[in-house]
Amino acid sequence: MYKKYFEYFKNNKNIYLDSASTSQKPYEVIESVNEYYKKYCSNTHRSNFGNANRATTEFEDTRKTVKEFINARDTKEIIFTKSVSESLNFIASSFVKDRFDTVIISSLEHHSNIVPWHMQGRSLHNGLEVVDCDEQQTFDIEHFERLLQENKNAFVSITHVSNAFGKIHPIKNIIQLAHKYGAFVMIDGAQSLAHFPVDVQDLDVDFYAISAHKTYGPTGVGVIYIKKERLDDVKPYQVGGATIKDVTYDRSILLDSPFKYEAGTQNIAGVIGFASALKFINKMKYENLMTYETNIYEYLYEKLNEINGIILYTDSINCIGSLSFNIQGLSADDIGILLDKMDISIRCGHHCAQPIMKKLGINGTARVGVSMYNNEEDIDKFIKSLNRAIVILED
Amino acid sequence: MGEIEKRIDAIKEDFELFDDEIEKYEYIVDIGRSLEPLDESEKIDKYLIEGCTSNVWLICEKRDGKLYFKTDSNTVIVRGLAAILVKIFSNLSAKEIRDFDFSLLDKLGFSEIITPTRQNGLKSMITKIVESAQGENA
Repeated sequence: MYKKYFEYFKNNKNIYLDSASTSQKPYEVIESVNEYYKKYCSNTHRSNFGNANRATTEFEDTRKTVKEFINARDTKEIIFTKSVSESLNFIASSFVKDRFDTVIISSLEHHSNIVPWHMQGRSLHNGLEVVDCDEQQTFDIEHFERLLQENKNAFVSITHVSNAFGKIHPIKNIIQLAHKYGAFVMIDGAQSLAHFPVDVQDLDVDFYAISAHKTYGPTGVGVIYIKKERLDDVKPYQVGGATIKDVTYDRSILLDSPFKYEAGTQNIAGVIGFASALKFINKMKYENLMTYETNIYEYLYEKLNEINGIILYTDSINCIGSLSFNIQGLSADDIGILLDKMDISIRCGHHCAQPIMKKLGINGTARVGVSMYNNEEDIDKFIKSLNRAIVILED
Repeated sequence: MGEIEKRIDAIKEDFELFDDEIEKYEYIVDIGRSLEPLDESEKIDKYLIEGCTSNVWLICEKRDGKLYFKTDSNTVIVRGLAAILVKIFSNLSAKEIRDFDFSLLDKLGFSEIITPTRQNGLKSMITKIVESAQGENA
């Protein structure tokens, strides 16, 4: 029922089940990006002529839209980046480095929330701690509390939803517990907003990273929400054009947030397109999307579970979007190649989450990423094709 | 037309016998299954080309002025595709391989071979074949 809002499906016959990698874009997102380039392409925050003012206004209106969408208190808390990866690197470099003895992450992190800590010279039990999860990939909150007790000067950086397995972490509890022990918290929200609402005030989170392109918006745009109280302690990651109040050869005086954090010309069209994506979600209404997607996810889970030799890594509870599996004795890569030839698009591999794959003793998984535009017919075609692939690949 | 291009065209003709894409890949699975596996002692890091979840091993041997390749993979389709590449590039002089226009591999139509993906190691396998030829004077 939602396919009609996405032009991609007019131009492609494939069943797109890779939305955890990137989502398709609604017509209005593509239109708003096109409109910027066609009608008022100008730089923002610099020139004062008509189209430049319009570009600046649209850009800053997006900031307001994001602020309202995640219920931030102030537009100063909304900083545009190019991706969740950049957002996490930014906070790692500009706030965490040299301030915290320990960084605590979950077992299900994307490399974007592992490698920045390694780049700071941290390694497991040497400035980096990893919270255990059980065989269903459920976050071990008791282990987390023990780590907070043992590591007094800690920073917590946890994904909201696992990109590889779709597992939703109990981040409200995680944040409350971290704050109880005086730890600040950053949440990798790359896989969240496409599926359910996020209220940063209700969560009381310190930093929250958002991806536009996984949330029906353009690629090359991310947002890092920084709680107002933390802003004074976050140094600019990069400086240069548009970050400056006054410069002499002796010193630079930076603008206030958010501008001091947004050096250089931004992805203006992408940012403007992101506002359209968020408005589109509002129009579709999260409550409808959540019910619809949960039903599709459960239908997919049930159908996969009927396949002989299926290996699933989670139950269907507290999961959304991504569902990973393997077939006993077969390679995920081979499955992915054959499905591609049958016009089914899924992702196979380690999903930039090698540590958890190693912990599970596997090279990778086949991952289905469902979204609002998938329906039961898509799942049926996928299952039929998967069964055919299994027959071909089995001896 | 050079020897390598002739071999590519012959393989292409084989694949044109199949009506649909899936039958072609069933054939590749059969090629992968029938490939003589490498001895476990040969599956060492020196010969390993890592993909995302697929690994390919490639061994280059020189005999009588010609290069011969042996391959294996932990996944059956990649194994079949790797076997095809080995069939195309074995029993040739290094110069023949060096002089070959590798874009002609596109004729086979395997996106798995021609796409610079990190997924399956096949693109890296081609790079290794080229490097093997460049390291030889013949």
